[in-house]
Amino acid sequence: MISINVTKHLDTAEGSIEAHFELEIGDSEFLTLFGPSGAGKTTLLRMIAGLETPDSGVIEVDGEVWFDSARRINLTPQKRSIGFVFQDYALFPTMSVRENLLFAAENEEQRRGVDELIELVELTALSGRLPSSLSGGQKQRVALGRSLVRRPKILLLDEPLSALDPSMRQKLQDELAQIHKRFKITTLLVSHDIAETVKLSDRMASVKAGKIVTLSPPLEYFSEKTLSGKLQLIGEVLKIEEDFPVSIVTLLVGSSVVRTVISTEEAAELAIGAQAIISSKAFNPIVMPIR
Amino acid sequence: MESEFLSTMALTFKLAAITTAILLVIAIPLASFIVFSRVRFKSVIETIVSMPLVLPPSVLGFYLLITFSPSSTVGTFLTEHGIRLAFSFEGLVVGSVLFSLPFMVHPIQSALAQVPRSIFEAAYTLGKSKFQTMTRVILPSIRHGLISGIVLAFAHTVGEFGVILMIGGNIPGETRVASIAIYDEVESLNYALAHQYALTLFAVTFAILLLVYTLNKKSLGEIR
Repeated sequence: MISINVTKHLDTAEGSIEAHFELEIGDSEFLTLFGPSGAGKTTLLRMIAGLETPDSGVIEVDGEVWFDSARRINLTPQKRSIGFVFQDYALFPTMSVRENLLFAAENEEQRRGVDELIELVELTALSGRLPSSLSGGQKQRVALGRSLVRRPKILLLDEPLSALDPSMRQKLQDELAQIHKRFKITTLLVSHDIAETVKLSDRMASVKAGKIVTLSPPLEYFSEKTLSGKLQLIGEVLKIEEDFPVSIVTLLVGSSVVRTVISTEEAAELAIGAQAIISSKAFNPIVMPIR
Repeated sequence: MESEFLSTMALTFKLAAITTAILLVIAIPLASFIVFSRVRFKSVIETIVSMPLVLPPSVLGFYLLITFSPSSTVGTFLTEHGIRLAFSFEGLVVGSVLFSLPFMVHPIQSALAQVPRSIFEAAYTLGKSKFQTMTRVILPSIRHGLISGIVLAFAHTVGEFGVILMIGGNIPGETRVASIAIYDEVESLNYALAHQYALTLFAVTFAILLLVYTLNKKSLGEIR
């Protein structure tokens, strides 16, 4: 159980704001901080990690106080049980994949666990390679594996997939989901990708201008009115064609392109490039295994 | 004559090696301070470090000589403790360290500035202390900067003339280094010996630089 109640003055591109975050995160929960850049999501993550100091407040993890301005407690990042994955991977350039993970290990048991982790992130064949010879997706897998070596209480992921291409992003989302299921580490993800948020998180906190605006399961937030649809897909609007009396909208869902007919009034609410939910009520979908 | 040539060359490289070693120890914390510290007087420190680049060597030498002289406060203090810096090898080391400081600090400073902040932070979040992070992660990844600093400081010390002439004079076996010897031999019209010194310096300096840049290129290729 993690409870956070902190304030910090932030200087953003839109001027300075007084950020105030109040949040409780349950054990093994996967929580996503979602919102525009400059809202303070990364700052919150960095304050939990101890890489930035709140102006005031308390951070408590499993009954252990990590930060308390009133009692002048502020544990260094070294003393907090965290795994942090950076957007730019932050791999140690002179160490091989395996050495990057071994460097994180604190004892013999963790050192022995390294090979299993390398296998888990599918890098066994590349374990002797230097980071410079790896692709973006491979680098982020190393960073992910490295953050798990010490079996931290909290995994902090700062837009880990935003620099990757869509298919690699999907694959790594699946791996993140698997890792979370397996290790049950409480995870905080910073993201501004709707699909990623919906796919991975138990709850999402929508962050705007230094405040948590809503806290709910992600689909509840994105669909606003709770839909009773049995099938829901999130996609990006690529094209809207008017074909009286209806409109044909083309969306990108995952990596496939979907065309569907909607009413002209509905079409008026959509814009090209916007994210949209496709849902269907009276629908009899055919689900078949892929062979 | 031959043995004097050898002892002069040995003294020259001994001075350069000791100076470089001391500078390496001083320059890493100093460069880290310049890159990471946010204190206001940082520009003052940066200026002092860079001064030897523009200051005439004779100016630095002159003030060092005054400071080292037994009649000054510092000189008196040193003499009382049995240290004589004016016209001694130890004095040359002190002078060379000050004079070659920017040549060691600048390459390390610019290499450090290029290391992404997140590399440090990643090591901290993995429980590593600042010292462990520096020695195991940062220094290996800025080794090209370290090598450049070592080479430049070494070569610069070998070629130093003005400061040494002011504070060291020309005592064979004690303060007479190759660059001074060349000047001395030319003054006494002994061109053959001057040539011997000059060519040796030329060849050795060229060889060191060539070796280091070749190695450096190779190791950089591995990291990138």
